[in-house]
Amino acid sequence: MMEILITGIVLGGTYALIAVGLTLQYGVARIMNLANGENLVFACFGAFWLWSTLAINPVLGVIFIAPVAFVLNWLIYVYALRPLVNRARNRGQLEVDSILATFGLMFIAQGVMLLGFGGGYYNYNFLSEPITILGANYGLNRIVALGAAAFIAAALYLFLNHTRYGTAIRAVAVDPTAAGLVAIDVPRASAFAFALGGALTAASGALLSTFYTFNASMGTLFTMKALIIVIMGGVGDVRGAVIAALLLGITETAVASLIDPGLTLAATYALFILVLLFRPQGIFGRHPA
Amino acid sequence: MTPLLATVTRKEARIALFGAAALAVAATLPLFDTGFYLSLALNVAMYVVLCTAWTLFSGPTHYISLASAAFFGIGTYSVALGIDTLPFPLLVAVGFVASAALAGLVGIATLRLSGVYFVIFTLGLAELVRQVVTWAQTNFTHGVGLYVFTDFTETHIYWMLLALAAIVYVTGWLVNRSRLGFALRIIGNDETVARHVGIDTARAKVLLFMISGGFIGIVGACLAPRFAYVEPPSAFNPMISFQVVIMALLGGTGRLWAPLLGVIPFTILFDQVSAYFPNHTSLVIGIAFMAVVYLLPRGVIGFVDDMRRLKKRFRIVLVEDEGALGKERAS
Repeated sequence: MMEILITGIVLGGTYALIAVGLTLQYGVARIMNLANGENLVFACFGAFWLWSTLAINPVLGVIFIAPVAFVLNWLIYVYALRPLVNRARNRGQLEVDSILATFGLMFIAQGVMLLGFGGGYYNYNFLSEPITILGANYGLNRIVALGAAAFIAAALYLFLNHTRYGTAIRAVAVDPTAAGLVAIDVPRASAFAFALGGALTAASGALLSTFYTFNASMGTLFTMKALIIVIMGGVGDVRGAVIAALLLGITETAVASLIDPGLTLAATYALFILVLLFRPQGIFGRHPA
Repeated sequence: MTPLLATVTRKEARIALFGAAALAVAATLPLFDTGFYLSLALNVAMYVVLCTAWTLFSGPTHYISLASAAFFGIGTYSVALGIDTLPFPLLVAVGFVASAALAGLVGIATLRLSGVYFVIFTLGLAELVRQVVTWAQTNFTHGVGLYVFTDFTETHIYWMLLALAAIVYVTGWLVNRSRLGFALRIIGNDETVARHVGIDTARAKVLLFMISGGFIGIVGACLAPRFAYVEPPSAFNPMISFQVVIMALLGGTGRLWAPLLGVIPFTILFDQVSAYFPNHTSLVIGIAFMAVVYLLPRGVIGFVDDMRRLKKRFRIVLVEDEGALGKERAS
């Protein structure tokens, strides 16, 4: 029982970073980014490459990978997505356009990675020694990854809630028009939030790669789980996303170890349907006025 | 109530005659070639039905459905599971009912909410059904693969698909002129207005999604004999969902027959790419998505409409200028 809980929390911890990344992109920049999972896979390969050629520790590798992802996502937002934002006449139009455009990005990124790395599965050995917690053994790499994820999430929380620019970003999430009226540069804050979301996802990818077998086309599955988490937690709500991610991680681990490992997605969907039927505004979301 | 045929306008009758003639010509293809070209035409026919059925729902409502692969796979599985015990036409009907039922469930869970929930739900639906089918087969039956042995050749499947295309077009036309179709056009333009004039928006959307999903299920059922050996990864191939979306959008979703303009070029392109550059297929799909969003946001048909309107306006301006010149000369 304890084992399921801890393994589930570790898995949920990585989901949490991706979902927080996505909630920033969707909640603030108003872009439903279906290519976000590809950030994660790029980072997996990046961490793998740094470790196997330059022997750079993947946890430290985050320091290189996250800024690269930040710049890449900033460029994607400014050159590919801002034209769509400017063109859209209403929110629904932007949603459809951004979904289709990010599908394009998703396939292009997958195509590039398939050409570069092939369709095979990759993994590498990093801190794969056992550590004993409460009488059960866990991989040290998983625990280290969880610690790093918690550190990043805490830093993000402090940034969003206790700095001026973080407050500005939350203001844009609540109401872009009103945020513009109080002299917040909304286009710039949107680009920043989009890039930050991509960087967070990449960070989680680098951490994930230390204990997870990855391949070039697994991004979509992570995107989908992250989307479900975002909706469960309430769009734009960082705290809700973290809790929903842990819940999903624990549920998946429980189903995998108690029923069948082949039914994890069914467990995800069961949770998703419950949320859609009973709390479509998210676990912590308020009813729309 | 006036009989249906009496309400057909002359223009509609002309389109119907032209469509019937085109189908008849297309149906003669197996007489000339039963190799490469029949195979290609079969793919075209398959995607024409899939995309038209998709457009039936996604055209007026603007909801992007990625569930096509799930419905398709359910249709294929309905045939594969029962081919030894039940007659084929009955199994096709089972495929229709099962797909429509799944569409109904998905619709009830998501279509009351905004479009994003629907997209996300359908994005993983094929994968979910695949997992459940694999799990059920490994735990309750002997193996994961199923053999489908029938006397059908590619020619028969091709003719079935052409007939199905005719049925889908007629259904689309009937829906379009019914209360349901009218309700959906209002929903697509402004859902709030639709609710305020007393339309049960959720019910209308769910109904149409069921019709659309059911037809996609039939396509999967018809294609089962072509597979011969059916297993979950091939029946629930998620690529089908994306290809349907990109082809339909490339053609345009404003009119029932518009997806045809996207299906034909894209099927040929994709056939060539997967034959000569098999590693570049994702890249091609990705570029196609970007190209449609940025260059042809309303598809080929939208582009043609714009050009026509531009030409018309241009002509009016010319006539006005000539009139002005004439006046100048007279004075």
